[in-house]
Amino acid sequence: MTLAEKILARASGVPYVKPGDVVEPRVDLAMSHENAALVLHQFHEIFKGLAFEPQLWDPSKVAIIFDHRVPAESPKTASNQKRVREFASWQAISKFHDIRGDTGGICHQVLPENGYVRPGQVVVGTDSHTTSHGALGALAFGIGATEMASVWSLGRALNVEVPATIKVVVSGKFKPFVGPKDLILHLIGKITAQGANFKVLEFHGPTIRTMSTSGRLVLCNMSVEAGATAGIVPADAETARYLKEEAGVTEALDLVSPDADATYEAVIEIDASGLEPQIACPHTVDNVKPITAVAGKPIHQVVIGSCTNGRLDDLEVAAKIIRGKKVSSGTRMLVFPASGRIYRQALGKGYLGAFVQAGAVVMNPGCGPCLGVHEGALGDGEVALSTTNRNFKGRMGNPNSEVYLCSPAVAAASALKGVITDPREDH
Amino acid sequence: MQVTLTLANDISTDIIYPGRFMATVLPSETPQFAFADDLAFNGRLKAKEVPAGSVIVAGQNFGCGSSREQAVSCLKGHDLVIVAKSFARIFLQNAVNLGLRVVVCPGIEAVEGDKLEIGATLVRNLRSGKEFPVIALPPSRQSIIDAGGLIAFTRQRLMQLKKAV
Ligand code: SF4
Repeated sequence: MTLAEKILARASGVPYVKPGDVVEPRVDLAMSHENAALVLHQFHEIFKGLAFEPQLWDPSKVAIIFDHRVPAESPKTASNQKRVREFASWQAISKFHDIRGDTGGICHQVLPENGYVRPGQVVVGTDSHTTSHGALGALAFGIGATEMASVWSLGRALNVEVPATIKVVVSGKFKPFVGPKDLILHLIGKITAQGANFKVLEFHGPTIRTMSTSGRLVLCNMSVEAGATAGIVPADAETARYLKEEAGVTEALDLVSPDADATYEAVIEIDASGLEPQIACPHTVDNVKPITAVAGKPIHQVVIGSCTNGRLDDLEVAAKIIRGKKVSSGTRMLVFPASGRIYRQALGKGYLGAFVQAGAVVMNPGCGPCLGVHEGALGDGEVALSTTNRNFKGRMGNPNSEVYLCSPAVAAASALKGVITDPREDH
Repeated sequence: MQVTLTLANDISTDIIYPGRFMATVLPSETPQFAFADDLAFNGRLKAKEVPAGSVIVAGQNFGCGSSREQAVSCLKGHDLVIVAKSFARIFLQNAVNLGLRVVVCPGIEAVEGDKLEIGATLVRNLRSGKEFPVIALPPSRQSIIDAGGLIAFTRQRLMQLKKAV
């Protein structure tokens, strides 16, 4: 069995599954963000007219993290957050992360850094980028709010069809200023935005084995941009190191791996050593070009952050490029670290100071401008270059603007010049 | 059933229900923001010029992107039917869960104003006379539809569990 099949079989209490089988896996972790407000509404709908009270199947397995609109941008959001906060307190949800500078952050960073996700688990989240958590060897996928209300009630995901798996084997060493973001953009460009729809991407090969958990999170995060149900990296020594050293996990881990004779629907091989920095051009994530094809394009706003590239190593790469220089006068640069913990680490290492001195605006941890709700909106006809994961029309709040996606190195080098710039030019 | 709108491939949930309206969550309130950035279509919806049962015909990967359920409830609120060449996974699942009628029809050809006859196995375009095969939803999803949506389906399960105790 592939890794996804193995995890689903275990969680469903059956010895074997194959693609297309319908199973009802028990859920190990059920994550929501602000949309817990809608989950809560649907949860009460389920229990309406029943003789028993609404009750979470297991509050210790529910995580709620406020990140999409923090601090609240409107009375409506604030009231929704208030309702969810009261529910979290009533149900004693310990994995509730409020708007705080110490324990807050983007859900897809808060979960891994607190050790909530473990290899072999089934993780569901009311967010499409829940695929991120496959980086720790879990099967993690996005669901809607009503489905989450069902999980809250039963502790199982109902009627899950076992997806087929595509094996992605990556070998070769990245060139300088090329990394995981370029790799995943390249893959999405190659297989298209629907190339993995209803399938799992399972990552293998020497390049993956030597990649940090932070880099693996980038790959799994953006797997959904190829339509994938989940992205997954089989757990290994690096997974164990991350969970122990960075997430403070002390219990023994079950580093489950796929069977040697697993059946894959397809195998894709990529040589990472041949990759240039990649750019996803408007308005689809699969419209990917090497940087040489778009270099020189003027940009009005640079965004560094998000659940894709807002981690410490991302900020480090960008700060090294920016330090002692100035952001181009025609360009605004916004930096939003993925979590409070990363914010404090970056502060301590002087990265945030380097950004501010260069003229960037450092924002509080959270989703910030990524989804176009309350910060960093673009003007008509403006162009943004961003380390986030989506460039759909209107994604940053204005349908009459353009979003290009890139790595932190490209974003930082470009901020200095005010045009899309190859980071390899001056370094 | 009349085609009220035709769309290209890869229509994202940011187009169906822009992120800036995500603070609005209740299915009773989301329909006003359906296709909010398409001022013409949103205007027709709000002016009640699109009768219940009208059809949106879309290309491949309809509903890609975010898992936001508002993208389904806003269409369901106008009683629209979506015929697409294919759907993104989470959108399709949300549609089944909430009872939005979705039809997977890989070969569909239609223009705005066409009348379609939608059957279990075929969609017929009454203008061109052409017929296009429908891919049935898997039985796992059909059982949720038959129960009246995921809320009803889950409630049945809960009652069975309580009885078993
Ligand atoms: S940072 Fe962007 S992609 Fe990530 S969870 Fe937030 S809104 Fe979604």
